[in-house]
Amino acid sequence: MLELKNVTISYGDRPTVKNFSMTLKKGEIASLVGESGSGKTTVIRAVLGLLPGGGKVTDGDILFEEKSLLQNTNEQWRKLRGTDISMIFQDSGAMMNPIRKIGSVFTEYIRTHEKIGKKDAWEKGVEMLERMRLPDGNNIMKSYPFQLSGGMRQRVGIAMAMTFRPKLLLADEPTSALDVTTQAQIVRQMMELREEYGTSIIMVTHNLGVAAYMGDKVIVMQHGTIMDQGDREHVLRSPQSEYTRSLIAAVPTLEGERYV
Amino acid sequence: MFDQKEEPILEARHVSRVFPASGGRFLRANNDINLKMYRGQTLGIVGESGCGKSTLMRMLVQLDQPTEGEIFFDGKNIASMTKKEQRENRRHIQMVFQDPSSAFNPKMKIKDIVCEPLLNFGLISGKEKDTEAKRLLRLVELPEEFADRYPHNMSGGQRQRVGIARAIALEPEVILCDEATSALDVSVQKNIMELLAKLQREKNIAIGFICHDIALVSQISHQIAVMYLGNVVEILPGTQMKASAKHPYSVALLGSIFDTNMDFTQKIESIDSEIPSPLDVPPGCPFQNRCDRCMEICRKERPMLRKISERHEVACHLFEEKEGGERG
Repeated sequence: MLELKNVTISYGDRPTVKNFSMTLKKGEIASLVGESGSGKTTVIRAVLGLLPGGGKVTDGDILFEEKSLLQNTNEQWRKLRGTDISMIFQDSGAMMNPIRKIGSVFTEYIRTHEKIGKKDAWEKGVEMLERMRLPDGNNIMKSYPFQLSGGMRQRVGIAMAMTFRPKLLLADEPTSALDVTTQAQIVRQMMELREEYGTSIIMVTHNLGVAAYMGDKVIVMQHGTIMDQGDREHVLRSPQSEYTRSLIAAVPTLEGERYV
Repeated sequence: MFDQKEEPILEARHVSRVFPASGGRFLRANNDINLKMYRGQTLGIVGESGCGKSTLMRMLVQLDQPTEGEIFFDGKNIASMTKKEQRENRRHIQMVFQDPSSAFNPKMKIKDIVCEPLLNFGLISGKEKDTEAKRLLRLVELPEEFADRYPHNMSGGQRQRVGIARAIALEPEVILCDEATSALDVSVQKNIMELLAKLQREKNIAIGFICHDIALVSQISHQIAVMYLGNVVEILPGTQMKASAKHPYSVALLGSIFDTNMDFTQKIESIDSEIPSPLDVPPGCPFQNRCDRCMEICRKERPMLRKISERHEVACHLFEEKEGGERG
């Protein structure tokens, strides 16, 4: 469904991501792990055609349902983004306009992509929120982002991203700002999305545990290149690269090696 | 380790901190906290955001005063000290912050940063600054040339080492780390943890380690305190976190961890509801509305910390039957 072929992405002259290849089937979850600056966010931004200032795919190709995304016109992108491919961010609350209520943003989003009345759009929004197990969707639609907790905001973000049953969901560190119990809830809900809608997910995270739990395949990146790629057994138990081994050793584990 | 003389270096007795909130309400950030820190040992404090870990730490370093209760350093009540004594006492308790880039004055060189505490207390003269800075940098395993750099010329991990160098400059008895490694990548985090453990061994420092990562805390701590909504709900030895944590909240926290050694075929467990606002903590047990073993008594009476085995205390009505016999 999605294929990245030897993609190189550069900001200016410097390549940030080198020779990146991956494929993703329908309903599959791929986890991209790496430390800061490894280029994992750059990869998924490139898939959505949203590379910031001067970033460009300089080599290779990105195919979504066998069509190259790189030649898309603005109009084609507009049709794709938010419907076939959508994205959730680290802090969905920060991506929302703080002086507008959730309902106003949500209905506007729905009506941009679908010819539908305000009232129907509102109902659709409420329905989506309740599907994400947010109690009292109407009340949430009438709230400002700052009135919700981090976990609730993240669920609102996912509800919005899932409104049009996207084929591909790009998740950029969606649980990194959350507490562990909330993180577990969000991870569980994202796994359910795949079962319910057959959505393929690319999960970008620095948490190796989350990556391994969610991902059918795990891709470990360092300095813009893939260090290891494969299913979780392969990556966790018999990693090919020295880097992956050291990364796994550095992750704190319960009853792991003690410092004191 | 525990066989040494069990004399607490820093102790909180019945400490509460209440902040006034709008509408005549009060926010109880810490509620009747009793904790002890011992020389050369690490006390880990875990809990989710808003549970009062940082408030507690601010009081322990004397950046804030408790509303009720007392804090003792080496047997002396901090609140009853004169201003001058309090200032002198600050030498013994130092702090390492979460974000090392905002913990430093960006216009100061590293040597000025690490030597500032020494100059403040008149322990060295300006001339000795260079040699002293180099000695401190060596202690935290940084190259001596870094003395003339500025904080922005360094990576996050290097800056955190500078933060530690500044904290140990005064040879304190206690260092409190507030999420000191949370902003760092795991490989850097590992190095910093090793450094902290090494300094603790060499200098016999008591470390207070606040962190939301239960796995990490259990790896560094001799003793762990689990906090929930301003209350300490469980205290237990670091080695036994996974094996014998009893409080339903501790168990829920453990169930929510994604571990690289976990069983990936099993569904992740988590508690479904949200933490109640600290402005309206229910009477009785603070965890009652999220606990699946909640009983009648939990809604009425707040459980107190009770010793269930050596160095293991739990605040939960479920574990009282042993002594009382009437509940269960």
